[in-house]
Amino acid sequence: MTLDPRAFREAGRAALHDPSLRIALGRLKTHFALGRARAVERYGDWEALREQGRAIRDYALAHLDTLLEEFERNVVARGGQVHWARDAKEAREIVLRILREAGAKSVTKGKSMVSEEIALNPYLDANGVEPVETDLGEYIVQLRREPPSHIIAPAFHLNKEDVAKTFREAHTALDPDRPLVERTELVAEARALLRARFESADAGITGANFLTAEEGAAVLVTNEGNGDLTRLLPKTHIVLTGLEKVVANLEHAAVLLRLLTRSATGQDISSYVTVMNGPRAPDESDGPQNFHVVLVDNGRTRLLGTDAEEVLRCIRCAACLNHCPIYAAVGGHTYGATYTGPIGAALNPGLMGVGVAHRHPNASTFCGRCAEVCPVKIPLPTIMRHWRAREYASGLAPKSMTAGLGAWAFFAKRPALYRFAAGIVACALKFLARNGRVHSLPLLHNWFLVRDFPAPQGKTFHALWTARQ
Amino acid sequence: MRRDRDVREFPPARKKEAGLAAVSRLPRFEQCLYSIWGNCRKTRVVQPNAVEESRAPRPRVGLFITCLVDLVRPQVGFAAVKLLEQAGCDVEVPAQTCCGQPAWNSGADKYAADLARQVIAAFEPFDYVVAPSGSCAGMIKLHYPEVLANDARWLPRARALAAKTHELISFLVNVRGMKGVDAHCAARTCYHDSCSSLREMRVREQPRELLASVDGLSLSELKEPEVCCGFGGLFSVKYPEISERMADDKIADAQATCAEMMVGGDLGCLLHLKGRMQRKGVNMRVRHVAEVLAGMAGEPALGET
Repeated sequence: MTLDPRAFREAGRAALHDPSLRIALGRLKTHFALGRARAVERYGDWEALREQGRAIRDYALAHLDTLLEEFERNVVARGGQVHWARDAKEAREIVLRILREAGAKSVTKGKSMVSEEIALNPYLDANGVEPVETDLGEYIVQLRREPPSHIIAPAFHLNKEDVAKTFREAHTALDPDRPLVERTELVAEARALLRARFESADAGITGANFLTAEEGAAVLVTNEGNGDLTRLLPKTHIVLTGLEKVVANLEHAAVLLRLLTRSATGQDISSYVTVMNGPRAPDESDGPQNFHVVLVDNGRTRLLGTDAEEVLRCIRCAACLNHCPIYAAVGGHTYGATYTGPIGAALNPGLMGVGVAHRHPNASTFCGRCAEVCPVKIPLPTIMRHWRAREYASGLAPKSMTAGLGAWAFFAKRPALYRFAAGIVACALKFLARNGRVHSLPLLHNWFLVRDFPAPQGKTFHALWTARQ
Repeated sequence: MRRDRDVREFPPARKKEAGLAAVSRLPRFEQCLYSIWGNCRKTRVVQPNAVEESRAPRPRVGLFITCLVDLVRPQVGFAAVKLLEQAGCDVEVPAQTCCGQPAWNSGADKYAADLARQVIAAFEPFDYVVAPSGSCAGMIKLHYPEVLANDARWLPRARALAAKTHELISFLVNVRGMKGVDAHCAARTCYHDSCSSLREMRVREQPRELLASVDGLSLSELKEPEVCCGFGGLFSVKYPEISERMADDKIADAQATCAEMMVGGDLGCLLHLKGRMQRKGVNMRVRHVAEVLAGMAGEPALGET
């Protein structure tokens, strides 16, 4: 599956007519939105917590340079190493270099969106290191050679039957008559395969939900425990993450954790919360011998100080996706990018360039639900609008739209002329209407593609009002 | 002076006479509209107590009519005038075109700024700016200060206008203390919350409260009133297929309530939904909430003749 953010409308059309995707996306509400609503209600003063979260993230972004340096000092003090990657290419090369130094042939991976962002898996494959995804959803999409369709639920676009089919095709060594109907059977099937991979892996790569500067620690949240097996069993552990994930200390991270799990899955706390701060110490019974943190910029710091800076507050909970009517209509793959839904629409033009990702911020009605549920109060529609302005200013907006807006603005800036023109349009529309509707009009193909236009009353308000006065 | 008039006197006698005299000079269509309006059920004004007690001067309200109401459904404008007058306001309609939202949401910032300045200049003399739309009111209230953020001369004026701008129904209830209307409309009805009304202008209970006082009207709630209908201004033509799916979901939700009529506070959503209903052959009347509250439900509904 190729990712093309420019093909949003075409991919969306296909997605709208995919019946099995419809079933899967129908679960957004039951699976995520309801759970979040209940968790928020249980918590109590959610708004105060959100405000705290926003302040913590803003503090971190305002002190990003010093916090990152503090983080590095503290990781190094505990025997770990920190690597700085300016872009995706550097990040891939750094990871491969570490793996080569460790002599790794096989690497287990916890779910990491940054790994998707920098397209790590194909690169490792091409360079003789086999990546094995260990998050169940991520493992499934890896078998299917698909990108994840959701930030926290990579295989959300699939139904149980799709997963069963994928496993039967991939797991040829297992009993072909085994039942693969229930969720538990599917999980057991994946577990049977993955146990062996965990044990034989030479290195493990995980992401991080937060980095804490004061402790030099990375905090990781999972529900499957795969993160711990990935980081503990092999000799080398690489934490691969975006550099904006840093916060001042564990106390700050704890506040964000409360926001994260409730917003993401509706859990008060995830099944596993792991704090990783360096290689195994002499008095510790487990842990990796080598601990590396790869901090990826890849366009993030470019957003600092811009109108889109607030997008860097994101803690990747996916609540905005789960409450987005556009995402619910077309799913994640339509975006053709790692980050999907409202956060993708606000982030992708910054990371990929407006020219590449300008369809994303346009794929929004600005209904505002995303901003309403965002645990760190990112004004997502405002940032999307910012990208639309950049699109408009760089001449990337469709010519039909800019020409139409230009003509409209010409009239709208001249009230007398506007009233005259509106009078003609109102009259013409009424004249063209049959049975209370206009069925089609030239130049407005996309309106009439899916709907009629209810007949106007025939005179403008201003004409009637003037007459009345 | 109008301001000195006893607020309990409604409708204002002088205005009524002047209005009736003017009717005879109107072309037939307007006469027709006017006579229907005149004949619509006499409304008893539920005066806000505070106003009655203090005999406060009648506030001057600049009615922002919205470009869609102007073009497609002037009746909503007259309904707004009637409701505002019932609530003890003097209503004026200054020269205007559009709030500029299509430009702003498309990133055409210069056009948006030009139109914002035009609206500010036209409406700043009034005590309040009221629009029968959460979307246009939200544009003025929340976005004009963003539109003119880099214009030191106009930003204070944008903020001042924003501070006195309201969506119609929430203005009637929250500012003017309206508790109910004396209108009649026998219909099972569902209410469509527009996203801008709901989330930008905090309009949720106010229209429901006033609709509850409409004689004969029963209101049933959608299952997912907070979900967008898929209009989104130019979104409806940028991504028509997604917009269609969202409209269909909303229409299905409305149909499941067994409502005969859908009312809402934003004509954009309603035109989109009614247009989709017409295309699909769904039979449901659609009206702006102001028409129903002003007792104008006897008029043909949106897209009906």
